[in-house]
Amino acid sequence: MANIMYWEAIQRAHDEEMARDPLVICMGEDIGVAGGTYKATKGLYEKYGPHRVMDTPISEGGFTGLGIGASFLGVRPVIEIMSVNFAWLAMDQMFNSAAKVRYMSGGQLTAPCVFRSAGGAAHQLGAQHSARMEKVFMGIAGLRVVTPSNPRQAYGLLKSAIRSDDPVFINEHELMYNMKGEVPDGEYFHPLEGSEVTRSGTDVTLFGYNISVHWCLKAAEILDKQYGISAEVIDLYSLSPLDRAGIKRSVSKTHRAVIAEEDEAPVGVGSEVIAIINEECFFELDAAPVRVHSALVPQPYNHTLEKAAIPDHEDVVKAVLKLFGKA
Amino acid sequence: MKIEDKKRVLREMVLHRRFEERCYQAYIERKIGGFLHLYPGQEACCNGVMEAARPGHDYVITGYRDHVHAIKCGADPKEVMAELYGKETGSSKGRGGSMHIFDTDKRFMGGYALVGGPFPLAAGIAKAIQLKGGDEIAICFLGDAANNQGVFHETLNMAALWKLPVLFVCENNLYGIGTSIERSTAVIHQHKRVAGYNIPADECDGQDIEVVYEHARKAVDHVRSGNGPYFLELMTYRYRGHSMSDSRGYRSREEEELWKQRDPIFILRDRLIKEGALTMEAFEALEKETDAYIENEVIKFSEESPEPRVEDREKYVFADRETQLPWLTGKAA
Ligand SMILES: Cc1ncc(C[n+]2csc(CCOP(=O)(O)OP(=O)(O)O)c2C)c(N)n1
Ligand SMILES: [Mg+2]
Repeated sequence: MANIMYWEAIQRAHDEEMARDPLVICMGEDIGVAGGTYKATKGLYEKYGPHRVMDTPISEGGFTGLGIGASFLGVRPVIEIMSVNFAWLAMDQMFNSAAKVRYMSGGQLTAPCVFRSAGGAAHQLGAQHSARMEKVFMGIAGLRVVTPSNPRQAYGLLKSAIRSDDPVFINEHELMYNMKGEVPDGEYFHPLEGSEVTRSGTDVTLFGYNISVHWCLKAAEILDKQYGISAEVIDLYSLSPLDRAGIKRSVSKTHRAVIAEEDEAPVGVGSEVIAIINEECFFELDAAPVRVHSALVPQPYNHTLEKAAIPDHEDVVKAVLKLFGKA
Repeated sequence: MKIEDKKRVLREMVLHRRFEERCYQAYIERKIGGFLHLYPGQEACCNGVMEAARPGHDYVITGYRDHVHAIKCGADPKEVMAELYGKETGSSKGRGGSMHIFDTDKRFMGGYALVGGPFPLAAGIAKAIQLKGGDEIAICFLGDAANNQGVFHETLNMAALWKLPVLFVCENNLYGIGTSIERSTAVIHQHKRVAGYNIPADECDGQDIEVVYEHARKAVDHVRSGNGPYFLELMTYRYRGHSMSDSRGYRSREEEELWKQRDPIFILRDRLIKEGALTMEAFEALEKETDAYIENEVIKFSEESPEPRVEDREKYVFADRETQLPWLTGKAA
């Protein structure tokens, strides 16, 4: 096991896949000579050259479409959108071309490309640079959406996404690129579907994904130590499709659920998980599920307002205590 | 340009430079957060164009490198700095930050963070001017790399088609973050890309304010006279990194030195000295005076201003509910 950073894990997955298959390429703004805004493609330009590590113009709609077009002929592009906020410009191609072409062509054409993008609120980046947009991506038929919460997943999900014949959107997080974690030394393919029990418990299930998994883990720690509540933490690394069976299994055991997301509600992972709970195991519930989410405001620049707009582990703890009538 | 105007603009440019350098310091001191894009090196562009236009009357829109454009339009430097400090007294009440300075009273229509976003907005403002029949023009300042967004071409086409009173100013500083223009763009000289849209386009030195001014006058006259859009490309350079997290590994120190020899402030300063309208001592005094103003007024104001209240977190998301009730409830009289 190597203890490496999230960005290094992503870099390694690129590197291994590019070394294996000359049709794996990567493209994006400042990913080549500059090595990538978050270093996720560091050293690849020197190793694979400008034809396979393409520094693109600031033309998100254009280069995303170009990558998708290349994938029609079997190229496997990993397309980096510098920040998820810029993905709006690429969504037409992602949704109308990549996600639908297999269906529209009756299976003749596929778009086996990978879109990677940094989402989430970092520090005071303001309204146009702090979006969480998983809610948009996860509602599109034909597009897979995964979101790594640690370096192991970051590595393994990218490896699987490149090999997959479907278009996959990988939602990373600006604040997590320097997070360290264990990654297997050998090749590892993380499943694109399913969920992981990150901590097992009996009294309540905390659902998180990406950064909110860490809030849940911290909250579980506090709940255990200070309140004697045993929380199970489920990592929903696959947002599309969501793991119905995993959600059902855990809630049927704990009978209570809190869903934590950095995205703002309404519309999102929280509402979707609650809908699944209703459909799969409504009669197992001992209390109405609760979601923890950002305030419905464009992200404020001011530091204090920003903090007040985004939840954290304390909000998860509060939500659980409320479920147990302790707050 | 008249001597008096040149002297005034020099003062302004010194303010713009020192303001930005002070922002740099405040960022290091963590008084300013988020992304910070500074303007030193490009001052003659905004100043030259706006001297030919009518600040506060003409509408101006730009990207994230927006402090100087706002101030040139008439925004109070105190409010701009307070915005960077995230204060309630800031030009956007602390909600926007460095990339989103707005001062609509001064017709500064904002800084936007998405590259290329302002192109169609500028054309839309021009459309409104046209509909309302005013003599204002819309001026859109953006970088060279922004022209690689498809919306640039879509906007040029519509602006030409509908003869909109909009001036596109391209501040070509040869880089988009760390990617040099040769590596991102098939055509270095951006005005050539406009030819296909039947829009007059021109290019000039962006370091010498008098050169910018002369070319901008022609551009502004063209647009204000109802002849439709115009594209002006200014060849320039930013001295600092793209934003604060940029170690400038993508360009050589020699290249930077070459451009520093053509510092827009020094070009104007030396010319005024040569013309006998300024002395080096007076210039140095001006710099000191400017720093004192920034410290004693701009920074002081920003430091002392209050933060927005957490209770006001949802303020400005929508119009005041009370004013909207007839439509929200369907009970319009
Ligand atoms: C749609 C979009 N894509 C990418 C970015 C990231 N980004 C911010 S500034 C910039 C470079 C822009 O260069 P240019 O237009 O030449 O303006 P300059 O910064 O040189 O003034 C990039 C790629 C962004 N903000 N928006
Ligand atoms: Mg540029």
